[in-house]
Amino acid sequence: MPDDGTIEPLIRLRGIGKRFGAVRALDAVDLDIAPGERLGIVGHNGAGKSTLMQVLAGTLTADAGSIAIAGAVPRGYDVRRAHALGIGCVFQELSLCPNLRVFETVRILHHGLRGFGWPRRARRLIGAALDAIFPGHAIGTDATIGALPIGQRQMVEIARIFTETDRALRLVILDEPTSSLGARAAEQLLDFIRQAAARGIACLFVSHRLQEVLSHTDRVVVMRDGQVVADAPAAGLTRARLVAHMGMTGGETARGEMAQAASARPLRVDLALPGGALRAHAGEVIGLAGLDGHGQRDALLRIFAGQHGRAAYVSGDRPREGVFPLWSVARNLTVGLLGRLAHAGFLRPAEERALADAWRSRIGIRTPDVAQPILSLSGGNQQKVLIARAVAGTADILLLDDPMRGVDVGTKRDLFAAVRAEAAEGRCVLLYTTETAELEHCDRTYVFYRGAITAEIARETLSEERVLRASFADAG
Amino acid sequence: MNSARRWLDTNPWIWSLCGAIAVWGLTIASVGGRGAGATLSTALGFATFYVVVGIGQMLVISAGPGNIDLSIPSVMTLAGYLAMGVMQAQDARLALGCAVALGVGLAAGVANLVLIRGLKIPPMIATLAAGFIMQSMTIAYSRGSTAKPAPLLLAASLARVGSVPVIALIFLAVAALVALGLARSVFGRSVLAIGQNPRAAYLAGIRIGRTMALVYILSALLAALAGLLLAAYSGGASLNMSEDFLLMSIAVVVLGGTSIAGGQASVAGVWTASLLLYLIVTMLNVFGVGAGLRYILTGLIIIGVLAVAKGRPTA
Repeated sequence: MPDDGTIEPLIRLRGIGKRFGAVRALDAVDLDIAPGERLGIVGHNGAGKSTLMQVLAGTLTADAGSIAIAGAVPRGYDVRRAHALGIGCVFQELSLCPNLRVFETVRILHHGLRGFGWPRRARRLIGAALDAIFPGHAIGTDATIGALPIGQRQMVEIARIFTETDRALRLVILDEPTSSLGARAAEQLLDFIRQAAARGIACLFVSHRLQEVLSHTDRVVVMRDGQVVADAPAAGLTRARLVAHMGMTGGETARGEMAQAASARPLRVDLALPGGALRAHAGEVIGLAGLDGHGQRDALLRIFAGQHGRAAYVSGDRPREGVFPLWSVARNLTVGLLGRLAHAGFLRPAEERALADAWRSRIGIRTPDVAQPILSLSGGNQQKVLIARAVAGTADILLLDDPMRGVDVGTKRDLFAAVRAEAAEGRCVLLYTTETAELEHCDRTYVFYRGAITAEIARETLSEERVLRASFADAG
Repeated sequence: MNSARRWLDTNPWIWSLCGAIAVWGLTIASVGGRGAGATLSTALGFATFYVVVGIGQMLVISAGPGNIDLSIPSVMTLAGYLAMGVMQAQDARLALGCAVALGVGLAAGVANLVLIRGLKIPPMIATLAAGFIMQSMTIAYSRGSTAKPAPLLLAASLARVGSVPVIALIFLAVAALVALGLARSVFGRSVLAIGQNPRAAYLAGIRIGRTMALVYILSALLAALAGLLLAAYSGGASLNMSEDFLLMSIAVVVLGGTSIAGGQASVAGVWTASLLLYLIVTMLNVFGVGAGLRYILTGLIIIGVLAVAKGRPTA
C-alpha cells in the first residue's frame, strides 16, 4: 500500500478530540488514509470508532484537532462539505427515512437530481448501484423503505452511498455494514469494495467481525478508550493479535457447555409454521437461522403477541425498536419492568436507581452514571441496556431478534454468558441471528426459508455448511 | 454553562414564566404600579381554566405525533350546558349536575377512542368530527333551556382564600399530582414511552391500548370539568363560552415546553403559559389596543417565546 510518504494522503487527521459530557470519546487521534486504501477499524464498544467515523463524515464536530482532505483543510467542515468532497458514510444505525421509496432516498443525497424526470434518473442510479453491489438483490426501486426487512434497508443504504452524480466518490465510510446483512450480501459487498478500491475509492470499514476485517482490508487500526493503539498492515496480523490489542483475551467458544436435557421440561413455545412446529422448552436456548427476512422475525413477533406479559423482546434495531431517546440509561432499563417495580401504580426513585446501578455493574454498561442520557452511550452499550431491560424482568421467554448487532467480541461473550445463565435458571431463550458463530450458543437451531422451517439442527451436529444448505432450501 | 443549558432544556417552563413576569411588570408599570395584586389574582382565576384543559391536551400530545384532542371546546360547552340544565339553579341538584358533566366527559372520551383506536381514524379528524357532533347537540339542546348554575357551585367557583381563587389552588395541587404521576407512575412512564417510540414501547411490554384509552378519557373528563366550572364562573353556560379554548389548549401546552413530537411533558409549563397568555390579553387591554391588533400581537408574542425556548441547536 502507498504508505511510503510519497503519495499525498486522501485524509489526514491530527489530534482529533471529542467529549460527550463526562465521557471522552476521542483523545488525540491521528489517522491517514491513502487514496484507494481499504482501512479496517476495530475496537470494543465505546472505543470511539463510531465517533471517529462521525467526525470524518462531518456529522459531529471535533472539539480539537484538524482534518485535511487531499492536502487542504476545509473550513467549516460538515456533512455538506464532506459530501461535496466525495466522502460518503453508511452509519451503524440505519438512517433512511422509512416513509420514502427506494429511489426517493437518492434524491436526498444528490441535490442535482431535480427537474422533470428526476425519478427516472434516480431509479436508474440506485438500480444500477444495487445491481453492481448486490447482484440478484430483488429490491424494487419503488419499494417503501419502511416495508423492507432490515437487511434490505441496509443494502439500499449502502448502494445509495455508491451512487455518483456531480462529484466523484473518494472515500466511503462503512460502520458495521455487514452486521445486518446476510452472509451472501456481506460477501458481495466485500467483493465490491475491493473493486471500488482498485478504482481509487478509499474505504473505511468498521466491524466487529475480525476475520472479515483481516481478509478484506489493507491496513487495520485498533482503537481503545478513544485512542489509536495499533496501526498495521492487515497481512501481518492475526485474529489473536487484534484481540490482544483490543484489550481482551481471545477465544470465544460455546462448545463443550453443558447440554441440557430439556425435553422433560415444560414446553414454553409451540408455534405452528409451514414445514413444522417451532418448539422450545424451559431452560433451552433455541436458534432461528437462515437468510435475513425469511420469517424468523415474524415468528418472534407472533410469539411475543401471543404471550402477553410472559415474553420479553430485544431487538437489534435499536433506534426503531429499542431505545427511548429522551430518557436516561436508568429509565430505559426500568421501562421493561414497570409492573414489577410499581407500588400501587407508582415507582420509587431509589429502588429504580439501585436496580439500574446493579445491572450497570453486572453486565458492564460503560457510563459514569445511570442518570446519563441513553444516547450518550455507544451502540453496543445501548444494546446492553436493552438486554438488561429484558433479562431483569420476570418473563419466562426471552425473544432475541439479532440482538448482537454492532456489539464487540468481548461484550458478546459476556452477554451470551448472561443469556445462558438465564436459560439455566429455567427461562426459554429464542435467538434469531444471521451469524452462524452465534448459533453455537444454541441447544437447537431452526433454519428458515421463505417463512417455513427447512431444518432443525442440534448443537452437536451444527455446521456452517448445514445451515447454509437449509437456508437455500429449494434453490439447490 | 453546560449544566445551566441542560437545566434550561429540562425545565422549559422557565421561558413562559419569564414572559409572564415581564408582561405583568409592564402592565403594572404602565398604570403607575397600582393593582399588581388584583391583576395577578384575576389572572390566576382565568388561567385555571386554560390549565384544566391544557393538562388534558398535554397528556394527549405527549403520547406522540398525531395525537391531539380537538374536541375539547365542544366537550366543554356540552358538559356546561347539560350540567346547568340539570341543576336548574338548585343546590339540591348540584351533585346530579356534576355527575352529568363528568358523564359527558366520559362518553366523549370513549367516543373519541372508538373513532381513533377502533376505526383507525387519525386523531385530528376523529376528535374534530366528534366535536362537531357534540357542538350540534349543544345547539339543539340549548333552545329554551335554562343554563344557570346552582348557587353553591357559583359561590365555589368564585371563592377566594385571601386573594387567591380556590379553583386556582385546587388545580395547582392537581398539576403537582399530574407532574408526579408523569415522572413516577406506571401510567406516566407509559405515556412518555409511547410518545417517544411506540414500537419500542410495545416491544418493552407497555400496555398501549389501555394507556391511550386513559389518555383520551382523561382529556375529555378534564374538558368536561372545565366546562362545568367555566359555566358556573360565568354565571351560566353560553354557546360561545369555549370558543377560545381550541387554540388555547394547544398554545399553553406548546408554549409551556411540552414537546410537540411527544414523549416530553411539562406540567409546570401549562401553568406558566396559561398565566402568560392571560396576562398578555390583560396588558393589551390596559394599553387600549384594539381587538385586531391584539390578536396580531398575541400571535407575535407566542412566536417570540417559542423562538427563544426552541432556539437551541439540534445536535
